[in-house]
Amino acid sequence: MPEVRDRTVPSDPAAGSAVEPGPRPPARARRTTGWLTGWGFALPFAVLFLVFTAGPVLASLVMSLSDLRSADLLDPFGVDVVGLDNYVRLFSDEKFLTAAGNTAVFVVVGVPLTMALSLLVALGLNSGLIRFRTLFRVGYYLPVVTSIVAISVVWRFVLQPDTGLANEILGFFGVDGPNWLNNETFALPTLIVMGAWRNLGFGMVIFLAGLQAIPKDLYEAATIDGAKRFAQFRYLTLPMLRPTMLFVAVITTIGYVQFFEEPFVMTQGGPLDSTLSMAYATYNQFGFGNYGYASAMGYVLFVVVVLLSIAWFKLLRNDVDD
Amino acid sequence: MTDTTTRTVPRPAVARLRSRDRIAKAVLYVLLFGGLLVVVGPFLWMLLSSFKPEGEIRADPPTWWPNDPTFANYGNLFDRLDFPTYFTNSAVVAVLTTVGNLLFCSAAGYALAKLPFAGKKALFGIVLGTLMVPSIVTMVPLFVLTSNLGLVNTLAGLILPYLAQAFGVFLMRQFILSIPDDLLEAARMDAASELRIFWQIVLPLCRPALATLGILTFLASWNNFLWPLVAATGEETYTLPVALALYAIGQNRTEYDILLAGAVVVVLPVLIVFILLQRHFVRGIATTGLK
Repeated sequence: MPEVRDRTVPSDPAAGSAVEPGPRPPARARRTTGWLTGWGFALPFAVLFLVFTAGPVLASLVMSLSDLRSADLLDPFGVDVVGLDNYVRLFSDEKFLTAAGNTAVFVVVGVPLTMALSLLVALGLNSGLIRFRTLFRVGYYLPVVTSIVAISVVWRFVLQPDTGLANEILGFFGVDGPNWLNNETFALPTLIVMGAWRNLGFGMVIFLAGLQAIPKDLYEAATIDGAKRFAQFRYLTLPMLRPTMLFVAVITTIGYVQFFEEPFVMTQGGPLDSTLSMAYATYNQFGFGNYGYASAMGYVLFVVVVLLSIAWFKLLRNDVDD
Repeated sequence: MTDTTTRTVPRPAVARLRSRDRIAKAVLYVLLFGGLLVVVGPFLWMLLSSFKPEGEIRADPPTWWPNDPTFANYGNLFDRLDFPTYFTNSAVVAVLTTVGNLLFCSAAGYALAKLPFAGKKALFGIVLGTLMVPSIVTMVPLFVLTSNLGLVNTLAGLILPYLAQAFGVFLMRQFILSIPDDLLEAARMDAASELRIFWQIVLPLCRPALATLGILTFLASWNNFLWPLVAATGEETYTLPVALALYAIGQNRTEYDILLAGAVVVVLPVLIVFILLQRHFVRGIATTGLK
């Protein structure tokens, strides 16, 4: 980056004072070299980012309005603009509608379940408990950092109908466990529980930070005013946790809307599409070579993510209370 | 101030609360340990079972501790699958992706936080706008692009799209904003070049943020699935999760002896990194999430 060194060179080369570090260059020269310097630092990122992230976001939208297929990569002139056809087709595509329904259930049940569990664990860890705190924190967070693929393999093993650990434990209590992943009724709920199991550590860490940020004297004041534990939780803890909840809700929702690895490894979307997700359906269309149609599916998923995030903001925003 | 308020609480009330607290605490411990067992249990089960011979894995009822511990399953990862290649691919992709993000994101983060340049607001706006874009949205154009560049089924094709990520720039910019301008101005007075200021002043101060970014990027890359699944079309470029997933859904789907050993190989490096560096995680999540 030679322009970086240019900074110390005065704008007039005849002056010959370049060796002496003392005086600053005139303001205008400073500003332009400043621009160059700024771009010098930002350029490698900007190029990579525009080409591989921002560009594709836009390209995806354009592709979704075309009938691009994998075969067209060799013959770009075979591509036609079809307007909103792909989007119209989506809403009469039974596979996609099933996938959208499954994703909706996964999000609507999974997000509150995950949040409730992580808040419970965080409250437990925050209630004056000092021993084993690191152990708990590390343990509960463990699944968050591990590969979903590996976890899915392990869970499939645990959930095997005859010799799996889960049914073995249920059998100990006299319950005859079903074939979890091969049953239309149980497959999706099983994946939801697994999602909560995997993600509760994330919410827990964030909620813990949020709980610790609530000033202790608020609780003392509430105790003096005679507020019981539950009232304190309902009228003090929960409102104070709103920004934290918003963050956990948005991040968890964004993750859940995209769920893909679990059904891919555990059920291949079955049985009878009962665990087919939107991301999985999109991946399948991509696999069939329907690039335009897959792009449209991906964009619908994107819009859903944005809308749900906005909904969470509206729901959990701090408006009047402070 | 806190002192006076606590003193106004009547003593008997405090004592009664304390005895009730003790029972509550015991219940709490039981619940927390129970939960911990549910969360960690599958990992222990995976680890223990990976040392069982094939017959014992299928045993009904299952055994907890391996009766006849063996490394044969791990040996099979080498004999029947090409795990060393997948492992190397995963490591190369994760390390290069991490190094790239540390470098590009800290440099761009510095420019966005401290240097004036035309188009700065636009660039940051685009970064913010794409912060939450699901990876499935860019999958198709990215594949078309990669294939036009002739990079499908190459490690470069797996790395390039993730070399400069919005999250990293956001994190670094936020962190560098908190470095006092006076410090940089003083260095400029001494005629230090911006490159030197960045390298000798800014980067050393960014160490906590770099640690967080490095760990998070490494883990995300190591565990990344969708893009490698799409872009690695031949076995020679498979990463560990891709190899494991495809083995798990193929005709060998019930070979849990090999699958579990494979899962251990995928999970173990990450667990070690996480347990050694867990403090950075919490700090990282707290700084990025709650500002």
